[in-house]
Amino acid sequence: MKRKLEEQFFKLLMILCTLSISGVLIMILWTITSKGAGSLTWDIVSKIPEGGFYIGKGGGILNAIIGSIYITIGATVFGLLISIPVVLYINVYAKKNSWLATTTRLTSDILFGLPSIVYGAFGFTIMIYFGLKTSLLAGTITVTLLVIPILVRAMDEVFRVVPEDIGNAVYSLGGTRWETSKILIRQCVPGIITAILLSFGRAIGDAACVLFTAGYTDSIPTSLDQPTATLPLAIFFQLSSPIEEVQNRAYAAALILTIIVLVISFTAKYFSKKLSKNKI
Amino acid sequence: MTTEKPHISVKNLNVHIDGNHILKNISIDIPDKKVTSFIGPSGCGKTTLLKTFNRLLDRNGNVEITGQVLVDGVDLYSPDTEVTSIRKKMGLLSQRPFPLPMNIYDNVAYGARIHGQRDKKELDKIVEHYLRGVSLWDEVKDRLKDPATRLSIGQQQRLCLARGLAVEPEIILGDEPTSALDPISTQHIEELFLKLKDKYTLVLVTHILRQARRVSDYIVFIYMGEIIEFGTTEEVLLNPKEKLTKDYVKGYIS
Repeated sequence: MKRKLEEQFFKLLMILCTLSISGVLIMILWTITSKGAGSLTWDIVSKIPEGGFYIGKGGGILNAIIGSIYITIGATVFGLLISIPVVLYINVYAKKNSWLATTTRLTSDILFGLPSIVYGAFGFTIMIYFGLKTSLLAGTITVTLLVIPILVRAMDEVFRVVPEDIGNAVYSLGGTRWETSKILIRQCVPGIITAILLSFGRAIGDAACVLFTAGYTDSIPTSLDQPTATLPLAIFFQLSSPIEEVQNRAYAAALILTIIVLVISFTAKYFSKKLSKNKI
Repeated sequence: MTTEKPHISVKNLNVHIDGNHILKNISIDIPDKKVTSFIGPSGCGKTTLLKTFNRLLDRNGNVEITGQVLVDGVDLYSPDTEVTSIRKKMGLLSQRPFPLPMNIYDNVAYGARIHGQRDKKELDKIVEHYLRGVSLWDEVKDRLKDPATRLSIGQQQRLCLARGLAVEPEIILGDEPTSALDPISTQHIEELFLKLKDKYTLVLVTHILRQARRVSDYIVFIYMGEIIEFGTTEEVLLNPKEKLTKDYVKGYIS
């Protein structure tokens, strides 16, 4: 009798926890939709701010949408170019438990835990050192630094659990480590896509990294050395306005951010399924 | 010992893993184009010995290997030996089949492709030839583009054998290759081994005495990292000289 009660108690507890998680998500979506949907006009997504935009006059946040997309895609691509070789090195090239692999894993764990404002401050210092202004380039580099440990950790998790025998199969056919790497990448496609998603979500939503490095401007950048607006900062600046109209635009910007992330997630899930049909 | 021409010669091989002495002073000549089985209780070092032959063992850290393993007179552990060309000489069949994450056709064609074969017609020929060689062709010829994972586990093991044979090795190493298979699939694989020994040298690790008896010409009994007895199947299984071998064959130790 006591054990049955215990079972029911814990079952109830778990259901409550699960519901509260979904509840929070629904509340967030509800808040940004109810406050932002009214301001989510065609103008908002297709125009850059006009004079007096920040006191409620016409225009949109296309500058921030484009800026965020540039930085996010740039950072994810650069991040992958650096983190894929790192992951291959520690999983294929290095001997098991070599000190370099262990150190790399430890380093990426520590970097993963650093708050993004630290990356922002670091990027800012580097920028000053090289005499750079706030720019698309500086913002992208800083966000790249932020996403590298995310990519390394997330991909390392999936590469580590690939059975050793798959690699051994390639080696025993006379394959090189590079050929083994290519097979492992194939096997890990879903995990790599999940890593890209994580990094994309983190990069597009991070305000602290771009605050000092990318700056903010009302125009769309046309070269790497120009400053650029980003969605998180568009939310931040507009939400701190006393004018309700402008505040609602901040929620519209949040809604746009959420929609971009959702669209990317679903597309990635779709391709992940298609690309992994041969997976073991 | 045997009078056969050796294909693999092991001389004074010692292996330490994480400071443990796993293989102790192993010296043995594996005869050419015969089936040689390693038997012995779990943890005796038989798989480790097999893995020293294709140098998969030293991929792990904390492994110390001394001594010589000669294949066709070339020392595998000499510093100027090229590892990939050695591995190409030896097909490996592992405990469970691990097809590559690609379709059936590409699995067999993979080895030929990485060794430079690009011609589509040649690859078609190779794939058909080796799939027929492992009696899998008729079962899969209409679905060569299906993922290899859709095959049953017994079919997968035969696919892995075909994949290994397609790089034209001289030696086939089997690490308990039937331990995950059902009796019918096991029988398939064993029949293939008997067919293959005309062309290849086979080295098997097995813990099934009946299997060792069915397929092997020679048997090596290993215990606690040492070779206790090496001889023809009849000698070792029916007339063991050593007491340990006798006990193992009778099932007193396992």
